[in-house]
Amino acid sequence: MFENLSERLSGVFDRLTKQGALSDEDVKTALREVRVALLEADVSLPVARDFVKAVQEKATGQAVTKSITPGQQVVKIVHDELVHVLEGEGEPGELKIDNAPAPILMVGLQGSGKTTTTGKLAKRLKEKNGKRVLMASLDIYRPAAMQQLEILGQQIGVDTLPIVAGETAVQIAKRAKQQATLGGYDVYMLDTAGRLQIDQTLMQEVEDVRDVVNPRETLLVVDGLTGQVAVEVAEEFDGKIGISGVVLTRMDGDGRGGAALSMRAVTGKPIKFVGLGEKMDALETFESDRVAGRILGMGDIVALVEKAHETIEAEQAEKMMKRFQKGRFNMNDLKMQLEQMIKMGGMEGVMGMMPGMAKMQKQAAEAGMSDKILKQQIALIQSMTKIERANPQILQASRKKRIAKGAGLDVSDLNKLLKMQRQMGDMMKKMGKMGKGGMLKQAMKGMFGKGGMPDMPAGMDPSAMDPKALEQAAKALGGGKGGLPGLGGGMGLPPGLSGFGKKK
Amino acid sequence: MAFFSKLKDKLFKSSSRLEEGLDAIVEEGGEEVVVEAPEPVVETAVAPDPEPAVEPTPEPVEPELAKEILPEPEVAPELAPAPAPAPAPAPAPVTKEPATKSGFFSRLTGRASAKPVVKRVLDDEMLEQLEELLIASDMGVDTALRVTANIAEGRFGKRLSTDEIKGLLAAEITRVMGPVAKPMPLYPQKPQVVLVVGVNGSGKTTTIGKLASQFKDAGKKVVIAAGDTFRAAAVEQLQVWGDRAGVPVLTAPEGSDPASLAFDAMTQAQADGADLLMIDTAGRLQNRADLMEELSKIVRVIRKKDPDAPHNTLLVLDATTGQNALSQVETFQKLADVSGLIMTKLDGTAKGGVLVALADKFGLPIHAIGVGETIDDLAPFDPEEFAKALTGAENV
Repeated sequence: MFENLSERLSGVFDRLTKQGALSDEDVKTALREVRVALLEADVSLPVARDFVKAVQEKATGQAVTKSITPGQQVVKIVHDELVHVLEGEGEPGELKIDNAPAPILMVGLQGSGKTTTTGKLAKRLKEKNGKRVLMASLDIYRPAAMQQLEILGQQIGVDTLPIVAGETAVQIAKRAKQQATLGGYDVYMLDTAGRLQIDQTLMQEVEDVRDVVNPRETLLVVDGLTGQVAVEVAEEFDGKIGISGVVLTRMDGDGRGGAALSMRAVTGKPIKFVGLGEKMDALETFESDRVAGRILGMGDIVALVEKAHETIEAEQAEKMMKRFQKGRFNMNDLKMQLEQMIKMGGMEGVMGMMPGMAKMQKQAAEAGMSDKILKQQIALIQSMTKIERANPQILQASRKKRIAKGAGLDVSDLNKLLKMQRQMGDMMKKMGKMGKGGMLKQAMKGMFGKGGMPDMPAGMDPSAMDPKALEQAAKALGGGKGGLPGLGGGMGLPPGLSGFGKKK
Repeated sequence: MAFFSKLKDKLFKSSSRLEEGLDAIVEEGGEEVVVEAPEPVVETAVAPDPEPAVEPTPEPVEPELAKEILPEPEVAPELAPAPAPAPAPAPAPVTKEPATKSGFFSRLTGRASAKPVVKRVLDDEMLEQLEELLIASDMGVDTALRVTANIAEGRFGKRLSTDEIKGLLAAEITRVMGPVAKPMPLYPQKPQVVLVVGVNGSGKTTTIGKLASQFKDAGKKVVIAAGDTFRAAAVEQLQVWGDRAGVPVLTAPEGSDPASLAFDAMTQAQADGADLLMIDTAGRLQNRADLMEELSKIVRVIRKKDPDAPHNTLLVLDATTGQNALSQVETFQKLADVSGLIMTKLDGTAKGGVLVALADKFGLPIHAIGVGETIDDLAPFDPEEFAKALTGAENV
């Protein structure tokens, strides 16, 4: 739905061919686009304004490195500044819970995900930090809210304060404090009712609770899909209650998470965690560079690589790499790649995470490219004998007929598969030769090595991604010509994408 | 009536920021116009009683000050020498000569009586600021551009006051929103199946409680199916709402298949001869293909009972959501065939400007808005009221 920033900027800078320092005018034009990109990502207006101002100062007069375009330079500056602003001091995800029993107060608007987050955090504290945790719900308003926390407690094996009907929030808080002290708990978490920041009675209630327990951490739980109102919410909650950190929920959605920037800019408090799903372990520490890329609409490359990391076993990859280097790429390898793609969430999942591919995703779907094709191709390969798989060149007409029949498809489908395998084999060979296997090796290392991410080749830096290369890649996918230049192995994407376009 | 004023109050409270912003914009570039203020002053001075028309737009402090001093001259003549010679009939004679005199007194009375309206020329800069103001209400960049462009058409270069701009904005928004303000259609089929969908925490369960209560009060026989079998205690929550509304709630154990509950609920509702069957569903983010498939399954299964079901599929949106609401509507419409929208949490400071963008882009009917946590806090969507609340325009 939204254009990503690199696309926007490449449009602006296409007309500018001059190299050298960025002029005032260049920067101004570019920053207008940056501003719109931020607003579309739901960054609050005043925050977007200040941010753009800060970037302008940094960008003006900066020398443009020869190898990249002014647009990329601006994207890089913007990205770096975003990461800088988003990054909090200290270790993300660290909580001050030293003096037992340490109270943690959870506050936020209705439906922001406080109760679920309380459960997730309790589970994390219990399992990762080895703490004894007690949870108590102070939500005396929403029907069954207390039961919800109780059930979550049972699911994750964390104690909850017994429910006593008719108590006020402050009374429950006192009881929780007492029980935590007597029961020898390390941490007690108070899940408050959702409240509007303008509701004085309820804000007073939470202030009273705060005064009773003196929380070590007061976490504001905010929906990652929140729009412009994020600033007011953060201001009011921080002003009245004084928060110590923020938890962004629903970041597994396709929102761009601009609220993160608003929260950081307004409160200056660190974003401690992000909620990434409904399951009780779907809570992760906040990584500023990932969210920065997402706000700018550049895709979550890190997530893609991580996912690849999870699904592809390192040993297998190592073996594969050696084969590729020698220029061998047979049907067994292709099958493995196809299977990996399905594991990684299918075409849609993989493409959705790739920068600039969101649009293509739609095109691809319209063109009938789907996981079904992946499965069909696997079926074709499975219909081959072992010898055929290892040496696809031996396939002649009668073998082809048999294989196609075995998979319930046409010979033409099999021919497409064969062509794809040939093309990919060629590409592998080329990549293997390049710099004596440097690129491929590096790419593989980046993907599967112990270090994982940090070893990513320089070209992988999202801010330095060449939009042209992406465009080309897009064409290759849509039009069915060639492979995925520049993306191939380095992206952690099995190069199996090439040739799918031909199914049109 | 009390309810309506409460709603209005809530809506207006939320819009104060937009109004302030508008005042600031006009005032910022309107300085030069203040010098020419005599023009409007003379014009309005001709009118017999300017008092009722007074709107403390530009500088509310001064007129109030003047009013405070004027009514009690017998107490404070020595304290403030100025008001002494200025009894009630003062406005008319004095305002004839403000262009020549510019003393404290004439300014004071001139303002108090004829309120020089600060106007500002509608230029590029001002348009840009207006756009930003609309963006700050979550309207989105595209829609904000379109709305301001429509306002600017034919008015570029003209001087406009805050009230005029508010009126124009309100009119434009009303025009966009008018066609989508429709109550939920009722059909003769029994039971009419209403499927309620939305992302997590948008307020589906609460909205069902409110809707059920309203339909029950309207004399319908309503049955609720607690289809959120995923979230802990969601069923209990809905049961409480059912009790409050006096409506039976059909449940299934946590973790069971919502589609089978929906099927059973259909059977039950048909047997009981219910008018309406409202099916709650678990919250799901629209980009979760697996969960969206679960939703499709619910629809497939209830169609076995009634090929036309669900007759209504309501998407519940949270007003605090930003531009992602567009993606939510797009995906849910595509995959769940949404027939109407309900926006909740409009009692907060979120202005729900994204509704304008939604109406502009999708044109789906907006059935109701949620404005609070009690069972009556669900109001029909009134485009005019909404536009006024959003822009802060009143009596325009």
